[in-house]
Amino acid sequence: MEKIRNQVGTLPLRHRVRAPLGWLFGSLEVKPGLAVLAFLFVVSACSGTPLRGTGDLGLIIERADSSALIVDSSNRQRLARVQGLGDLSHASVVFSRDQRYAYVFGRDGGLSKVDMLKATVVARVIQAGNAIGGAISQDGSLVAVSNYEPGGVRIFDSGTLKLVADLPTDSKVIGLVDAPGQLFVFALYDSDEIWVADMSDPEEPAITKFTDIGHQPYDGLITPDGRTYISGLFGEDGMAMLDLWHLEKGVTRILDHYGRGEEKLPVYKMPHLEGWAVAGGYAFMPAVGHHEVLVVDIATWKQVASIPVHGQPVFVMARPDGRQVWVNFAVPRNDTVQVIDAETLKLVKTLTPGKGVLHMEFTPRGEEVWLSVRDLDVVKVYDTKTAEVIKELPALKPSGIFFTARAHKTGL
Amino acid sequence: MKSFRLKPEGTLLLFILLLLAAPVEAGIAPARQVELLYFLKHDCGSCHGLTRSGGLGSPLLPETMAARSDDDLTEIIMEGLPGTPMPPWKELLSEEEARWLVRAIKENKWKK
Repeated sequence: MEKIRNQVGTLPLRHRVRAPLGWLFGSLEVKPGLAVLAFLFVVSACSGTPLRGTGDLGLIIERADSSALIVDSSNRQRLARVQGLGDLSHASVVFSRDQRYAYVFGRDGGLSKVDMLKATVVARVIQAGNAIGGAISQDGSLVAVSNYEPGGVRIFDSGTLKLVADLPTDSKVIGLVDAPGQLFVFALYDSDEIWVADMSDPEEPAITKFTDIGHQPYDGLITPDGRTYISGLFGEDGMAMLDLWHLEKGVTRILDHYGRGEEKLPVYKMPHLEGWAVAGGYAFMPAVGHHEVLVVDIATWKQVASIPVHGQPVFVMARPDGRQVWVNFAVPRNDTVQVIDAETLKLVKTLTPGKGVLHMEFTPRGEEVWLSVRDLDVVKVYDTKTAEVIKELPALKPSGIFFTARAHKTGL
Repeated sequence: MKSFRLKPEGTLLLFILLLLAAPVEAGIAPARQVELLYFLKHDCGSCHGLTRSGGLGSPLLPETMAARSDDDLTEIIMEGLPGTPMPPWKELLSEEEARWLVRAIKENKWKK
């Protein structure tokens, strides 16, 4: 900004227009005609809705109604409903880095770009027959979608939703995340692989493939620094880990045989690995087929404890400060949420928000958590310190809750 | 001819058996049917899609299910498909309920 100011300062006066919007635009070089236009634009904008930021907005998926609510997490308010988003039975959302636009990934292969301020769908493509999720690139220019049918990843220009690259696989693709270096990382459910796609040159994606990573990877996550990708395995106990700083070292296995000696229970709902529940050097992970949360020392990647919980964990999420870990559960025990104290590894609260708790989202700094309670058609807002409900917002069969703060987090 | 008389405890047993049999003859209660359809849409739908066009699980559309027998499908629901994420549901559903769900899928009842 200083540099621009100095340059402008040397220009003849006729090229400098400082009034009446100097406070808004600084002293950028503007031609007089453009200044008038800009003035009219601002006047017309002021006569409508007041200006506002998007950093405290969020999107709540209404999974059975092809719609989503735009909410304001500062005032705990619903602002608008966006419709026409297709089959949202496993929907997820990423945000543009300006936090203005949400990209909604639907089950039916629909990719919708939603304007969070205008509450409209500004672009939408049906990019596959059956999809599971997506990611946005490090620089925000590319949106990638992981598909079941046809299996593969399709990558789009985040501005226009025009197809940029198509990476077919012979498998359902799961656990797609972005990583530093303009990478997308994902796993192949049917063929036990992890692929790293370098999109530095969008015309020529460079793909590194890792095979035999473990049976049936079901989801993946990346650490917030973007270095370590971890894939959970459904077909065996354990996880596959890849150090993205050292691809040459290949995939290593962690948590092998964590359920050894215990009978595995029917898995009524696939757990999710979303974000990174890490606190005090420990990571908290859902155990597949066990009523347990696994605690892993991230220095050694060894299991240090398992915490018995109410049911099979689906989401295991750390409050942003890492002091609490919140857990929800698979059907038929999905009416309950438990809170683990990350310091003592003890359960400190058992809450029963209602049947069908499908997702949780913390406010950016964690003073509140929003829970979607599907069967009550409500989103409950909890104070994380007291675990008391402070607000209930009606929503139609709510599932995923996504706050725009995710825009600046790798892997979300 | 030997007369046929039930002992008192036999009468009680018969009564209990009749009570147990009654719901089977009456079919699945309407309130339970509503629950089952909700379960089918929302919980089965998590893997099979809310529009039943599939996901991690196979599509559950009448046309894709028609070729398989009710018995096979009922068994898949009750026992699961080993080696896949389809779990056995027998702890949450009776066989009769599973069979009713198979008919609901084949007849597209959940759309009505």
